[in-house]
Amino acid sequence: MTERVVAAIDQGTTSTRCLLFNPAGRMLAVAQREHRQYYPRSGWVEHDAEEIWRNVTRIVPAALRSAGLGPENIVALGIANQRETTVIWDRHTGAPLARAITWQDIRTEGLVAGLVEAGRAELVTELCGLPPATYFAGPRLRWLLDHVPGARAGAEAGDVLFGTMESWLVWQLTGGPDGGRHITDVTNASRTMLMDLRTRQWSPPLLDALGVPGRMLPEIRSNSEVYGTCTTVLPGVPVAGALGDQHAALVGQACFEAGEAKCTYGTGAFLLMNTGPRIARSTHGLIPTVGYVLGDEVRYALEGSIAVTGSLVQWFRDALGMISTAPQIETLAASVPDNGGCYIVPAFSGLYAPRWHPEARGVMVGLTSFITRGHLARAVLEATGWQTREVVDAMNADSGLPVLRLKVDGGMTANHLLMQFVADVLDVPVERPLGSEAVSLGAAYAAGLAVGYWTDLEVLRGNWHRAAAWEPAMDAEVRRRERENWSRAVDRSYGWAPPPAPE
Amino acid sequence: MPGTIQSIERAAAILRLLGSAGRPMALAEIAAPLDLARPTVHGILRTLREVGFVDQDRDTGRYALAAGLSRLGSGWDRHDLRSRAMNWADSLAGSAGQEVLLGMPAGSTVELVHHVFRPDGSPQRLRTGEQLPLHASALGKCLLGFAPIAVPRPHELDLQRYTGRTVVAVGMLTEHLATLRHRGWAADVGEYRTGMGGLAAPVRTSGGLVVGVLGVEGPVDELFSGGGTPTPRLVEHLLNAAREISVGLGATR
Repeated sequence: MTERVVAAIDQGTTSTRCLLFNPAGRMLAVAQREHRQYYPRSGWVEHDAEEIWRNVTRIVPAALRSAGLGPENIVALGIANQRETTVIWDRHTGAPLARAITWQDIRTEGLVAGLVEAGRAELVTELCGLPPATYFAGPRLRWLLDHVPGARAGAEAGDVLFGTMESWLVWQLTGGPDGGRHITDVTNASRTMLMDLRTRQWSPPLLDALGVPGRMLPEIRSNSEVYGTCTTVLPGVPVAGALGDQHAALVGQACFEAGEAKCTYGTGAFLLMNTGPRIARSTHGLIPTVGYVLGDEVRYALEGSIAVTGSLVQWFRDALGMISTAPQIETLAASVPDNGGCYIVPAFSGLYAPRWHPEARGVMVGLTSFITRGHLARAVLEATGWQTREVVDAMNADSGLPVLRLKVDGGMTANHLLMQFVADVLDVPVERPLGSEAVSLGAAYAAGLAVGYWTDLEVLRGNWHRAAAWEPAMDAEVRRRERENWSRAVDRSYGWAPPPAPE
Repeated sequence: MPGTIQSIERAAAILRLLGSAGRPMALAEIAAPLDLARPTVHGILRTLREVGFVDQDRDTGRYALAAGLSRLGSGWDRHDLRSRAMNWADSLAGSAGQEVLLGMPAGSTVELVHHVFRPDGSPQRLRTGEQLPLHASALGKCLLGFAPIAVPRPHELDLQRYTGRTVVAVGMLTEHLATLRHRGWAADVGEYRTGMGGLAAPVRTSGGLVVGVLGVEGPVDELFSGGGTPTPRLVEHLLNAAREISVGLGATR
């Protein structure tokens, strides 16, 4: 019998990977290639979209080789991608007009301040659910239209196309200049600041507010349907799933019921909660977003992002030289019984959800001559725990659905001391699934559902297996006191950086 | 009187130079002060890189001391080991359908540094930090057999009886160790807890040094046939996962 598997491409911030999954959701092979990060100016971060496409053409065959399979074994291809990274390209040549502007890039600071100055903030949030911020793709597209020679004229003439990374890859895979499909999926579109969250279509008032020609936008499609057929890389294989990475992890973690939540711990952390078929408006600083659209099933989600989690450990390692590898922070933290009264608030580029204080900067408080490296290591890990707690509190308040357990994934789940602390401060069990590739698995699930490889969500739920669980064990009084201390530490981070000038 | 070995002297000089520079160095910068030909230095650097003592920057090609050097005195950090082993431990739990454990030597016991639940949805608790007896567990016997320097010798152990199957005679334990060294993996057929057994294989780093043990644990009648032999597929999955983790730690295939 020929083996039939689903392929997933995870187009991430630092690398692109291709993974193959069997019907049980088990990973059979993985191939990966890193791409270059360009930092042309302070606060600017760019990727070469052509390099990323070239990497895709190499990693897919590499993954097939390592599994001993060929394109004929692949039933469908799904894509998960770094969200909000913005590229424009020439539809006749397939060449990008500029480097892609990534999600970490803050060059649109002035543009966003200008929108707010012009009194557009309310309109934007009302229509797309997002507060105007440098984080989203729409302002980046506007910046490209304003600054790249020929971009605006080309866009108005229909010669220049816009996309986030999944659009770019689907277009290349399905023929490029020769009939490539120009589509985006609803989760990526929901992060542009250009989509109406209710209709899930491009919003004319928002296109107007940002000055974006509608002709250059891709068609918005569901997360699970055949968008087209590969003409290269995997000739004949349907491209049948696409989701933003965090939405893919929600699907990969089988969070299909309202109230189910997952947190992916990487460089930053992203907590998403399924809020069911209705949009949950946030009054606590979270972002309402599309969870996923699988067939007729539309699920919204609340998202809280924490900017600095794993990157704080990297800073502790590289900038302070306190440890030689990231996992060793657990060894150092375990050398002391508690934080010794020390707290670190990692507001390196301001505070994100739920506080949204862009002018905040990092602080370390409670220092005494008693504090050792071990206490600092604890404070580093506890910062991730408390930030998770703040986002979960906001979610409970906004959704009316209390988080009863948290599913976690990502590299930091290897840190048991941290995961125990997260369970302790949330006062709910924290669970890690077998296989930490929730993002890629979610993309594979979307594609496999579209072609009938998996029949329904129940089958996918059955693929989820608990690999570890951490039960809350912290005394309620200790929790209350520590939380208050953390809050007082955060108060001290506010109001440090000067505000940006509006453009 | 035998003389010193020249290439080792040169390697030591290169390491001292990199250590004192405090920044990554180019090949020419290293060769000049030592008065050595570049191909000679290049050959030594390549070997030092392969054993994990030197890192080379991908973009600039410059060399620096590697983090691996700092592990020389202290052995492997348990959390580094867990982090490197996690994906393969998950994959082993998936294919074996059993609990997976990763252990390191701790005095006269083996201590669990990682634990993956049996993937059947049953309620389970994390066993990280639990200590198992060396003579009565698959992980412990695997350490006794493959990492004799890291643990006490059989005659120094308190061979406590846990079940009717526990090996409590030094002579018989020594025989068991000879057998498991020969076949490459250790077994526990209900020697610590009645009805529960395990299999374990060594995890190695560069030079073949054993730094930990990887094991599966489950009901004896699921792991072993009536004759006490484990299913060949299970052994294959275990050895494969232990080998892949070892390669990730710098062991040669």
